Amino acid sequence: MEERLITAAIVLFGVPAVLVGYILLTERLIRALPERRQGRIRPWFWIAPALAFLVVFLIYPTINTLVLSFLDKASTNFVGLENYIWFFGDSGTLEALRNSVLWVIFMTAGVVGLGLLIAILVDRVRYEPLAKTAIFIPLAISFVAAAIIWKFMYEFRPPGVEQTGTVNAVVGLVGLGPLDWIRDRSFLIDNFALIFIGVWMWTGFAMVILSAGLKGISTELLEAARVDGANEWQVFRGIILPLLTPTIFVVGTTIVITALKSFDIVWVLTNGAFGTDVIARKMVFEMFTVQHFGHASAVAIVLLVAIIPFMALNIRRFREQEAIR
Amino acid sequence: MGQRNRGLRALLALGGTALLVAAACGTTGDGDDKEVTVVGSWGGSEQESFLAMVKPWEEKTGNTVKYTGSRGLGAYLTTAVASGTLPDLAGLPGPGEMIEFAKGGSLKPLDGVLDLDTYKADTVSALVDLGTVDGKVVAVFIKSSVKGFIWYNTAVYDGAAPANWDAVMATDPGSADSLWCVGLESGADSGWPGTDWVEDFVIRESGQEVYDAWVAGTTKWTDPAIKQAFESFGEVLDASFGGATTVNSTNFGAGGNPLFTDPPGCLFHHQASFISDFFKEQGGAADGEFDFFVMPEIDPAYAGALTGGGDLFGLFSDKAAAKDLLKYLVTAEAQQIWANRGGFVSANTKVTTYPDAVGQKSADAITKATVFRFDGGDLMPAAMKAAFFRAMVDFAEDQGSLDSILESLDEVQATAYAPA
Repeated sequence: MEERLITAAIVLFGVPAVLVGYILLTERLIRALPERRQGRIRPWFWIAPALAFLVVFLIYPTINTLVLSFLDKASTNFVGLENYIWFFGDSGTLEALRNSVLWVIFMTAGVVGLGLLIAILVDRVRYEPLAKTAIFIPLAISFVAAAIIWKFMYEFRPPGVEQTGTVNAVVGLVGLGPLDWIRDRSFLIDNFALIFIGVWMWTGFAMVILSAGLKGISTELLEAARVDGANEWQVFRGIILPLLTPTIFVVGTTIVITALKSFDIVWVLTNGAFGTDVIARKMVFEMFTVQHFGHASAVAIVLLVAIIPFMALNIRRFREQEAIR
Repeated sequence: MGQRNRGLRALLALGGTALLVAAACGTTGDGDDKEVTVVGSWGGSEQESFLAMVKPWEEKTGNTVKYTGSRGLGAYLTTAVASGTLPDLAGLPGPGEMIEFAKGGSLKPLDGVLDLDTYKADTVSALVDLGTVDGKVVAVFIKSSVKGFIWYNTAVYDGAAPANWDAVMATDPGSADSLWCVGLESGADSGWPGTDWVEDFVIRESGQEVYDAWVAGTTKWTDPAIKQAFESFGEVLDASFGGATTVNSTNFGAGGNPLFTDPPGCLFHHQASFISDFFKEQGGAADGEFDFFVMPEIDPAYAGALTGGGDLFGLFSDKAAAKDLLKYLVTAEAQQIWANRGGFVSANTKVTTYPDAVGQKSADAITKATVFRFDGGDLMPAAMKAAFFRAMVDFAEDQGSLDSILESLDEVQATAYAPA
């Protein structure tokens, strides 16, 4: 116990002390240099600790994962592309890949579409903060808790027995039979039921960002358009949408990455059964259950490669905007 | 595996291990000759029962028992064996770890500790065998449990236990909608109740040799014996309430609830003893409204074969007090103390009185057991176990794909057993 208190004290006071000491020490070293070179070198010394953390916690693990993906289960022998051949030859992983693509398309479309719609609609009502809070709340719930909530919503009881799940109770009112939403493979209903949970959670995020973007559009511009006789749809198409495009892009990229990483909802509700697996769950499964480091790393690299284009696009747009400014 | 929440247990295991490691670091285990350190998986009421069990021994000898409960025994013991900071007595996570520790020499043989003749005469032989490695007794059962109970509503079924499996399947459901209720849903562990079914079929249809070889990964899943067990479970599914969709969407805890509806959804429900709590909490049943019989034999050649679980205990030190405690724990006198407190089945045949029917019938089944085997899924490597769980869900969804399910299990088996 005492040892741990001492460790805690060292971490709490030692780490800032070392950092301050580092700055003071490097400053003295820099002072020793000719004055005109000081300004160039100083930022590098200041950024060095952050870079070191980045290398240790981000770059090294990424490279290590890449290396592991070419090794066997226990990471002892080089197996070449075998893990990638497994990934693209296994019906389970291909199904997971297909579902992840579904998640990316439909979760992003759903979140951005609904987020935009709600942002525009609540912009015109007096109780805007209240409505926005209600929509935003699901984001504050953890994925696992959200999944459990929807487990109750989607609950299925055999036909003829009273339905305890909200969704089935509602469809029962209009005379439709109960459906096992998260386990019914037909028309990919189970996948869409799971994706909808993601949409429910993240719409609030998109709404808040887009709403902020909306407030940034000058009212004079909108009024000028209306005075010139544009109807609401033309105002939206011709002014709001073009001006919001950069924001939509940022939100969309975030949701695409979230969708690719989606794991918890599937893990809690179906654990990937009934054709609902996604690649992030596959990765966790291969890593912690099967303990096949090669397979798990290969899945991780595929996931990373899939995310890179979206990151690159995002950065490019960011740069373009900077250039405009 | 008949417990309620594996996810929660895993979390507890992590936390428990961290605490234990901290506790083990804080105390220097073998400093005191009068103190015996014991580590087990019991907490709550089980821990209280264990402490009640050792109290007379403490009073008699003047020694003290320092008990620590952990859900993560496997991780804890592996670390403890590697570091050499061992408790005097410890629960063993399962037979696999027992063999490993015994061969490594950290687990002490019990020849000089127990009076082996008396121990073997008093103990169910199937359980003695489970604690024996290379001809030496290295572990004893402090506590055991039986799986494969078939529950029914006493108002619907007259209660005579069928003599064999065919008679069970031939029972007329009467006013009930179907013969069986099955619920496989259990979050990320969905499917496990089905694995209990298949295990019960394998051991009753094909015997312990096939069972052991299958659990050890040397008998393939596509073997006719294993396929037969799946098909037998398929017959149960065909006769189950609500069909495949209901089976997969029903949580294991709610699985038996249709026993108590009016009209009843089903006549029988197969589950381990813990389910009675769910009957009372979720099914709206009161004590006395339900009863059970142990799943009967299928092939008479393997009559008396049982699956179940239990807490194996082993000795890790040469301390005289620790040896004396272990000797005391297996006596009928000590075992009866916990038996009286409930939720306990003794491996000692001299313990004959139990406060409830679950205890009494389990004890009868264990005493008559010719073969006793641990839950097979729990003994398989994690990847195999996870694939087994999933296979049950896939099989319940579409029995027609049994061959491809078994083939994919063979694929997992080919790699899962290789040392990591």
